[in-house]
Amino acid sequence: MLEVKNISVEVSGRLILQGVDMHIRKGEVVVLFGPNGSGKSTLLKTIMGFEGYKVISGEILLGETRIDGLPVEERVKLGLGLMYQHPPQVRGVKLAQIAGRLNGNAGLIKEMSERLSLSSHLSRDINMGFSGGEMKRSELFQLILQDPGLLLLDEPESGVDLENISVMGKVLDGYLKEEGKSALIITHTGYILDYINARKGCVMIDGKMWCVGRPKEIFENIRERGYDKCMGCDDRAQSAR
Amino acid sequence: MTEHNRQDNLEGRDRDTIVSTGMDFSEKDRSGSFLQQDSGLMFARSLSDGLEIMEIKEALEKDPEAAGYFGANFRSTGRDFDRETEGGYFIRVKRGHTIEFPVQACLFLKQQGFRQKVHNLIVVEEGAKAYIITGCSASHSASEGMHMGISEFFVHNGAYLNFTMIHSWQESVSVKPVSIASVGEEAVFISNYVCMKPVRDITMYPTALLHGRKARTSFNSIILSHPGSLQDVGSRVALQAEETQAEIISRAVSLGGKVVARGHIKAAARNVKGHLECRGLILPEQGSIYAIPEMETDYRDVDLSHEAAIGRINKDEIEYLRCRGFSPQEAQSLIVRGFMDVGVLGLPDKLKAEIEELENGTLKAGL
Repeated sequence: MLEVKNISVEVSGRLILQGVDMHIRKGEVVVLFGPNGSGKSTLLKTIMGFEGYKVISGEILLGETRIDGLPVEERVKLGLGLMYQHPPQVRGVKLAQIAGRLNGNAGLIKEMSERLSLSSHLSRDINMGFSGGEMKRSELFQLILQDPGLLLLDEPESGVDLENISVMGKVLDGYLKEEGKSALIITHTGYILDYINARKGCVMIDGKMWCVGRPKEIFENIRERGYDKCMGCDDRAQSAR
Repeated sequence: MTEHNRQDNLEGRDRDTIVSTGMDFSEKDRSGSFLQQDSGLMFARSLSDGLEIMEIKEALEKDPEAAGYFGANFRSTGRDFDRETEGGYFIRVKRGHTIEFPVQACLFLKQQGFRQKVHNLIVVEEGAKAYIITGCSASHSASEGMHMGISEFFVHNGAYLNFTMIHSWQESVSVKPVSIASVGEEAVFISNYVCMKPVRDITMYPTALLHGRKARTSFNSIILSHPGSLQDVGSRVALQAEETQAEIISRAVSLGGKVVARGHIKAAARNVKGHLECRGLILPEQGSIYAIPEMETDYRDVDLSHEAAIGRINKDEIEYLRCRGFSPQEAQSLIVRGFMDVGVLGLPDKLKAEIEELENGTLKAGL
């Protein structure tokens, strides 16, 4: 599905990712851990094709297609979808306008907006005055309407209360299972792991992929011993394949 | 010549221009109409009880009350005004009447080099309510023309007036409207200005005097500035009575032209509120926007604020929309349309949809 081959990425002239490898199979859910500033969001934004994230070596393949170098909207067409950690406010552009663009099925828009308690948000300017939980639900709502083959989720639970995490976790889990989707999920708190069935976890430290393993085990280790111990860990994989 | 004959004399192209300022010749959803070409009346009629609409000359001749209004707002502010005007409309909504459909008026500039100078009076009596949509525009043949329009508004106690002005000029036309509104106790005056077409220069700085307790006013302007145009557009409000409120909202998009967005709120009484908001976008590499928000107070217990932001479209917003599958051009167009959202104008749904359609047509061509 997605193959990241030995990529190094520069942002504003600074080297952020160094020789990162990653492989996500069809139907596979991968969780990405790592301390703040380790390059997790950079990896997602690079895969998505954000301006200013410069791949200086390596390549990214989606299926058979090499995507690094393609504009964002082309990658969307090929089946990539991103859930923002901090989505921007766009004055004057309504959530309904974007929803309508992402999916022509008015029935589905109605159903999903109800399930994610967003019915009254459809007529509002996107993210303007939305609470943290509302923003995340709106991001998930848009992602499900877009229906990409590979979902990139940047801290879906940050800034969200437990009740909202539960609503979102269930909707996301149902969607991933039913549709056989692939996903790459960044998490800090690990709460999302209670809802979704992820078999593979990776740790990123200082712009390098550090290790691969079972997500819950990795998360328990990090919780108990912190990332410092990770750095001394002997099990470090040569690559995250 | 009958009214119908006269309006049939309009050339197709001129008709389209007039329609682009909101004139609906079918008058299906209108309460009254007024159309003047250069200095001559084409037609004026009221279709609604409690609404009078006629040429200013006629009103001044037959109605001493109308004559009393003429120049009154200038006298009360100690300002002089040009008396060499020819034409203009008199619109009066009688006490307690709510005029359901909008009243439409258009001042059309036809002849090349013509200097159109009009004086309009708009009176909304106690407890009355009306929406007026007024267009000013120029024929394609009216190059080097000039339009000077004096408008005086009298919004009496408890009355409501929503006045929407749509300008549709030509590159070579100069425009100088001058207007003063007096707003009474618990009355509401909403003044909207929409200008989407090229013009040589527009200078306007309408003033509202809120002299009655709890009077409210909003000035909203939506401006698209084409290369070579200079639009110096502002609004000024004097909060002269307690508990009065004013809001001035300006949205300007420069396609290369220059916009000066002024706003001035003066608190001349206690417990008043005022807010200025100016947002401007510049789409090409060069274009000018000069935002000048001004506030002043003579008292401590007032609430005055302003916010202004000018520059390019935030690239994060474009990127966000691209992430949802829009091309960069589509994303820009969506943001610009949203930025110029007519939702701020406080219009009834039907009229809002009409103006939205006019705006979309122009934007589609302009972007």
